[in-house]
Amino acid sequence: MKLLADLIMLSGAVFMLLSAIGAVRMPDLLTRMHATTKAGAFGAGLMLVGVAMEFTELSVMVRALVILVFIMLTSPVAAHAIGHAGYLTGAKLWEGTLKDDLQSPARRPDAAAAGASRKRSDRASDRPAN
Amino acid sequence: MNPLVAMLIMGMLVLALAFASIRLFLGPSMADRVVALEVIASILIGLLATYAVYYRVPQALDVAMVLALTGFLAAIGVSRYLVRGGREEDKESGEDAR
Repeated sequence: MKLLADLIMLSGAVFMLLSAIGAVRMPDLLTRMHATTKAGAFGAGLMLVGVAMEFTELSVMVRALVILVFIMLTSPVAAHAIGHAGYLTGAKLWEGTLKDDLQSPARRPDAAAAGASRKRSDRASDRPAN
Repeated sequence: MNPLVAMLIMGMLVLALAFASIRLFLGPSMADRVVALEVIASILIGLLATYAVYYRVPQALDVAMVLALTGFLAAIGVSRYLVRGGREEDKESGEDAR
């Protein structure tokens, strides 16, 4: 049992190390958050499960599990808020980004080209009519 | 808890703390720094959990709980601040705001 708790805490620490490495190595705000939020929350959760297994007192176990539930509830909310704020304040996306659903239609590369050509054709069709 | 395992966990967490601090210093935009601070808060929660188990100090878990609370509130607060008009130089490209 103690050995199992040690292993769980060790794997939690490995996940946290991976999330920090991802925060340094990833190219982009959103990919960095992809590394940190999931692996970070999962690592903290694993470590707290390990704490709950190591202690035999009920009060300590309940406290550890309450922190675990709190982290699992708040970490996605905080990640959503930070990601939205970072996007709105103009954080650059990675150049390999394929899909950007929040982008306004006028700024989409293909749509912008289509809109520009349509505007030009409208003007061209307007001019002979006048 | 096995002392070797505790040393290994604490070493890994301190290394993770160093990586997160690198991102905190480098981070090009304000949101990157907030992400790094959130990672640092969760790593500190892990360190406090290890401390509580290794030295048999369950009171450290209360500190971890408060740290989780303040980390969440700081992330929400800073993101609200960023969306509803902070200083212009904190934004990466003010004229390019979508």
